[in-house]
Amino acid sequence: MNAPVDINKASAKFLQVTAEHLAVYMEACVRCGLCAEVCHFHQASGDPRHTPAYKLVPMTKAYRRQSGPFAWLGLAPKLTEKDLTEWEELLFDTCNMCGRCTIVCPMGIDIASMTAAARQAFVAAGLGPEDLEQSAQNSLDHGSPLGLTVDKLEERIDWLADDYEVDIPLDKGKAEVLLTISSIEMMKYPDSVVAMAKLFNAAGVDWTFSTKGYEATNFGYLAGRADIAKAMVERIVAAAEETGAKTVVIPECGHAYGVLRWGGGNIHGKPLPFEVWHITEYLAKLKREGKLKFKPIDGKVTYHDPCQVSRRGGAKDDARYLLESFKEFREMEPTGNYNWCCGGGGGVQAIQRSAEIRYKVFRIKMDQVEKAGADALVSSCANCRLTMDESKAHWKWDHDLVSIVEALADAIDGPAAAKD
Amino acid sequence: MELLDFARGPAISVALAIFVFGTVWRLVALFGLPRMHDLSVPRPGTPGPIVAGTKEIFRRMWPRHEFSQLSMFSFLNGYVFHIGLAIIVFAFAPHILFLKGLTGLHWPALPNNVVYAVGAITVISLLAALIHRLTSPVLRLISTMNDYFSWFITLLPVVTGLMAASHLGARYETLLAIHILSVCALLIWFPFGKLMHAFLIFISRGTTGAFLARRGIQF
Ligand code: SF4
Ligand code: SF4
Repeated sequence: MNAPVDINKASAKFLQVTAEHLAVYMEACVRCGLCAEVCHFHQASGDPRHTPAYKLVPMTKAYRRQSGPFAWLGLAPKLTEKDLTEWEELLFDTCNMCGRCTIVCPMGIDIASMTAAARQAFVAAGLGPEDLEQSAQNSLDHGSPLGLTVDKLEERIDWLADDYEVDIPLDKGKAEVLLTISSIEMMKYPDSVVAMAKLFNAAGVDWTFSTKGYEATNFGYLAGRADIAKAMVERIVAAAEETGAKTVVIPECGHAYGVLRWGGGNIHGKPLPFEVWHITEYLAKLKREGKLKFKPIDGKVTYHDPCQVSRRGGAKDDARYLLESFKEFREMEPTGNYNWCCGGGGGVQAIQRSAEIRYKVFRIKMDQVEKAGADALVSSCANCRLTMDESKAHWKWDHDLVSIVEALADAIDGPAAAKD
Repeated sequence: MELLDFARGPAISVALAIFVFGTVWRLVALFGLPRMHDLSVPRPGTPGPIVAGTKEIFRRMWPRHEFSQLSMFSFLNGYVFHIGLAIIVFAFAPHILFLKGLTGLHWPALPNNVVYAVGAITVISLLAALIHRLTSPVLRLISTMNDYFSWFITLLPVVTGLMAASHLGARYETLLAIHILSVCALLIWFPFGKLMHAFLIFISRGTTGAFLARRGIQF
């Protein structure tokens, strides 16, 4: 951004977001460097600046100067404009907030939480990648980061319902389940939306989309814009209240799930008046209840764990339960909570200048898939899919990328679900 | 006043007082910061924060096999000098006597020669840690003066202790006084720098353990 960098605003924001647990993290780092070895950005670039612990520097500096136990001595150095401009790339372009470093850190430091907090201070100072900030602004102004306005939503749902001859309820009045959309899906992978509709209809779910709150992604959170993060959560709360839904289902989007499921109540200021499920969790529930059955699916596949669904979301097992339908499923190494990232989470996909490093990160995934002997890579996050699709094209990689929801929708067994 | 009297008397008392008050002050300052009350609904069936936090403190004692590509040097060497330091502080007869004077508690000591050997291994391990810090591009970048000074102030009592035990370089009384003064320096520095991780490790591991457990994430 071109506006002057406002150090005072950044310092004030750092102070505001430094809760006790973050201060403990800042104080506890012993600078052992182990986190560097598991961060895909460091792995891909070999650049020591991409060490997760190094991301803590500006926030730690601000904390020591302002609210650390010895701040009153006034000896700690001040945060500078250079600190902020130099670290912008490290906190935005090269951190997916994926928490891989968290699991290896001997001190248990959660760098991902620190990144989220630090981004807010950078934005307060007038920094942050323009395209990511624009995605957040679009969400506020137009309902979605990719220009999926209410009109466009209605138009596309009409088109999909007609073309695919599937019932896609929008604003149907009262419903038990409010389904949300990632605009990435609606604009780039609309088959996913159709697939969700088919699965829910087959299972006899009483569901709807709502024009009041449809966008699942929360670029406000990812871009460090707490105001937009709140507005996005409030829209879904309003939609759920209007429809009377006690369940909100997040589509194939890891960060959308992470932000609403685990951060939604905190952003809203009180517990959410509904349960939040990722689509894989909800489909697993329908399968367990016998409302959905699937025919065996062909192909040698492996599963890419979206970080916010598995490692940060605690839902890796439900995906595995659904993956049982694949005749030849094989895990990659490492997998589940330890899986490597796609490189595009945490808003990084929206940052154009990060493309080169994302491509490099994807080589780790290509290697994992090839070693697993799989022909296709299944995932449950449209953002991962988009990131991997772009990287796949870059490397002219010949393996397929598959959406778990689309694959399951094509394999629904029987006319419909039990009617209970 | 002889140097040894000064070291054994006012120096160690002041150093201990700074250590205790400094540590308490630093912890109070941390706990005085605003707390985040997590309003998310925990995943059903997951353990509460105390159980999960305690489990995490133990779980992180060794890296998972999924991270077998990690360079094990940091882990192994870290264990060597931490255990070495613990043996020197808590299993050397004169140290036990000193701690008995402070707390009234005492326990059996290891033979002196064993502790000397552990002391030598600890020095080697600390030197290896420094070489690693200076030669790894990642560690060189992220290290601060705090790391180097904390390293120095940890090494000093071990080296001076070994010198005193072997009567190397000066009169025993002088060497002992220098050793005690180096311990004073360590105690005074403790609350101000990296050595505080000895306490903070429980809080940071526990916090993250509770955070992950709430979400139903198991490792
Ligand atoms: S692994 Fe943890 S303690 Fe070690 S440098 Fe990274 S953040 Fe700091
Ligand atoms: S959260 Fe993920 S991307 Fe960010 S520093 Fe840690 S391992 Fe790297």
